[in-house]
Amino acid sequence: MQEVKATMAGSVWKITVKQGEQVEEDQDIVILESMKMEIPIGAEEAGTVKELKVAEGDFVNEGDVIAIIE
Amino acid sequence: MSYVEDLQNRIAKIEKGGHEKYHQKNEEKGKLFVRKRLELLFDEGMDIEDAFFANCMDDSLPSDGVVTGIGKINGQPVCVMANDSTVKAGSWGKRTVEKIIRIQETAMKLEIPILYLVDSAGARITDQIEMFPGRRGAGRIFHNQIKLSGRVPQVCLLFGPSAAGGAYIPAFCDVVVMVDGNASMYLGSPRMAEKVIGEKVSLEEMGGAKMHCSVSGVGDVLVKSEEEAIEYSRKYLSYFPANFREKPEMMEPKKIKSFEKSIKELIPANQNAPFNMHDLIKRIIDEESFCEIKKKFAPELITGLARIDGKTVGIIANQPKMKGGVLFPDSADKSAKFVQLCDAFNIPLLFLVDVPGFMIGTKVERAGIIRHGAKMLATMSEATVPKISVIVRKAYGAGLYAMAGPAFDPDCCIALPGAQIAVMGPEAAVNAVYANKMLELPEEERAGFIKEKQDEYKDNIDIYRLASEMVIDAVIEPDKLRDELTRRFSIYEAKNVNFTERKHGVYPV
Repeated sequence: MQEVKATMAGSVWKITVKQGEQVEEDQDIVILESMKMEIPIGAEEAGTVKELKVAEGDFVNEGDVIAIIE
Repeated sequence: MSYVEDLQNRIAKIEKGGHEKYHQKNEEKGKLFVRKRLELLFDEGMDIEDAFFANCMDDSLPSDGVVTGIGKINGQPVCVMANDSTVKAGSWGKRTVEKIIRIQETAMKLEIPILYLVDSAGARITDQIEMFPGRRGAGRIFHNQIKLSGRVPQVCLLFGPSAAGGAYIPAFCDVVVMVDGNASMYLGSPRMAEKVIGEKVSLEEMGGAKMHCSVSGVGDVLVKSEEEAIEYSRKYLSYFPANFREKPEMMEPKKIKSFEKSIKELIPANQNAPFNMHDLIKRIIDEESFCEIKKKFAPELITGLARIDGKTVGIIANQPKMKGGVLFPDSADKSAKFVQLCDAFNIPLLFLVDVPGFMIGTKVERAGIIRHGAKMLATMSEATVPKISVIVRKAYGAGLYAMAGPAFDPDCCIALPGAQIAVMGPEAAVNAVYANKMLELPEEERAGFIKEKQDEYKDNIDIYRLASEMVIDAVIEPDKLRDELTRRFSIYEAKNVNFTERKHGVYPV
């Protein structure tokens, strides 16, 4: 099991995967918007998206869990 | 037995190091014997070894657990101290410490690099009066390291533990290479932490190689094996002169690799979209010449040594792909040390700028981002080596300053077309200036108004306007950047300036 975490504080701009979807290593899970920049947050390992913990528009802090991948 | 036979027997015995069972233990962990490490490190073995017979009256302590001497790397002589973990776990006794101090003194006299091959459990507590508190006790090793810092390159290869006070050896080196799984650094062991403060933690979590190379930043380079650590160190040293008086040696200039995509095609026009700065670096440096430092730590800023047309340069580049390339306390730290390293050894600096600014918010303010950022500015400002700053896409706010902007005396500040330099980006600026006005406007007019003001703002910070005001010195076609840098660095080589006169600055640390 892998927790995908926010690398910095910002708001969730786009969620690019769906629950249950197969993802590859480095594939973007969400794109945050912070400091007016698009911040892609990718999966560290390949797997299935078990749970998405955020919705578009949510504020996340650095270290918050965004998704769980199995 | 003749005297000569006696000598030969003694040498043969000492050369073997500690008891066979410790050799086996090391082998199981993928650790090489100290003399094997040295054989791999040097071009052709060690040329000089001193105090080989240290503590030879005691059969159980061959060479007192450390090998010290001089050999050649890339044809250049370097000093080395290498712990022997088969001898009392590489712990330090009186003579161990004296040997380390002496090889440091040699490095100081000859002004040649020194390498520390560390694999040691720390002090021999039974010997503490002789090796810990005195004038030539272990403290002297660190005092010497501090004195040597910036005078000659100091490299640490961490093969095993570096515990308690011993952990300051890596801390004072220019670069620390750590072998994953075996190398560790900590002031108090997990066992001690549990006894003294009640924390339960594993060695890997608290002081392992991965942690230090990605979280604490005390380690610089994470490698998989001792062979890889040695190979990295040999490559690393090829970028450096023997000491601060000399310049790095020039290598045979190499062409750049050919790529399908040009630099122009690589950089997204949308300022907010990410791209991989490594792809740009590859297109301006000699093929395979990049030697990255602190790859896993604060990856939003890339630091590394490279060659352009055969000549060493130090590259500091924002990485838009990671955290938007925003500067954080850790990235500021990373830059400060790297810039000091290059400036100390006459390595010109290249800043590749694509920075939205320093991070804002409670978390970073509490972490002291102002003081860390100030450190980044101070080291860059003080550097007197040739400095070129290239505005690749954007330089907002104090990000411009931290990346060797025009006010900090770079030899030139050049921009690629489309680059933006401003206090902040158009979106943020329009929000800041017209916040009240925007609230007053009816909803349907708001979007149009914002767009109009943003366009006005963009025109106002247009790169040719800045070129017209001579804020930047040149606007360059992206795919001519390498040629431009080659010519400029070759001319700026003659630079010879003194930053200022005083004992030393008083900056935040």
